[in-house]
Amino acid sequence: MTEAKTIAMTTGTSVQAASAPAIPLAQHLPQTKGWKELVRDIWDDNPTFRMILAMCPTMGATTMAVNGLAMGLSTMIATMASSTTVGALRNVIPAEVRLPAYMIIIAFWVTLVDIFLRAYVPPLSAALGPYVPLIITNCFVLGRAEAFASQNSPGLSALDALGVGLGFTMSLTLLGITREFLGFGSLFGIQLFVGWTNWVIMIIPAGAFLMVGLYVGIVKHFSPDGQVGGGS
Amino acid sequence: MDIFLIVMGAILTNNILLTTFLGICPFVSGVSGEYASASGMGMAVIFVLTMTVPINWLINHFVLQPLGLGYLSLIIYIVTIAFLVQIVEMFMKQFLPALYTSLGVFLPLITVNCAILGGVLFALSTWNLGFAQSAAYGFGGGLGWALAIILMAAIRERLRFAPIPEGLKGPGLALIIAGLMAMSFVGFSGMINIRDFGG
Repeated sequence: MTEAKTIAMTTGTSVQAASAPAIPLAQHLPQTKGWKELVRDIWDDNPTFRMILAMCPTMGATTMAVNGLAMGLSTMIATMASSTTVGALRNVIPAEVRLPAYMIIIAFWVTLVDIFLRAYVPPLSAALGPYVPLIITNCFVLGRAEAFASQNSPGLSALDALGVGLGFTMSLTLLGITREFLGFGSLFGIQLFVGWTNWVIMIIPAGAFLMVGLYVGIVKHFSPDGQVGGGS
Repeated sequence: MDIFLIVMGAILTNNILLTTFLGICPFVSGVSGEYASASGMGMAVIFVLTMTVPINWLINHFVLQPLGLGYLSLIIYIVTIAFLVQIVEMFMKQFLPALYTSLGVFLPLITVNCAILGGVLFALSTWNLGFAQSAAYGFGGGLGWALAIILMAAIRERLRFAPIPEGLKGPGLALIIAGLMAMSFVGFSGMINIRDFGG
């Protein structure tokens, strides 16, 4: 994470002011604070392809488009709930024990999401396996709590988490679509071609690494500043 | 014999990094850029995984299950991991200062390394291994993770002066190298299946 981004995060201003050429998409959108947060989180600070965070679910849960979408939405809900909680409790939690406190808040919400999925969509829960409980150790969930929600109101924290969650969901769905299309010749479970030769490599772990690597390269090539951060 | 097979299986066929994607963040970021930091992080993961998997097994079987608190397991596991990492850090600082200075930076990072919680979840919920088997899986999983990141660091040191397309420099190429490594590990698949040892 560059210094400019860190400052932008703590002050709540858009990173556009700091990094040179603005993204055209952002110019057409309303210039309110909430919108700026959302856009910055979805594109400028896209957790998967720009920040290289949360790689485990990005690769483990994207063999099918529907798995990627479900994983992204579960993570988004868990992030929003924990960021809102942290934002609401930001003046109550003592600074010395804030990290353990955040971990427990996140673990609580992730447990709820996990139990919900197991109760209402058991096949999906089985397909995602341990990657739903592993949202607890998802770098950006704790990252948003620490970098943003600990200094901002619950409402703004929820918006910030929504932006990150949407960016994450979009990246995971895109990966899922690509891998499912090449691996099975289908989209969201609907077979598109008759006699499609399955690219087995796309379904096994190696394909996940190759595909994410390619996307990271493509996104970096077309980003204005060419910066890609490293995860913790 | 079981124990040996599980250790080998955790390293080769069920490599925690290359087949289940756990602990990739340090793998593609700066840590794997240098051989020294990669081996330091690898040692720390071996140490913490070997301790956390059996201890969480004991907590799960003697506290959570008899009391019917299964729904609290995730919160308890992560608190246990954070607590153990702290203890290990304090213990090392006091008694093994040399090791502490070499691992120091990496130990706190390990709490949020998904390889640790992932290893615990695979051993306890997905495969339901016994106590000795869990300990073996923890140790083997750590070894496998360390092997992968050290191999990666060695490859990246060689690539430092190679002509790489601008967009792929850094994480992009690291991921593609990992893909090639994962492909070569496919050759081991089917030799040992850890699932068979579970209850």
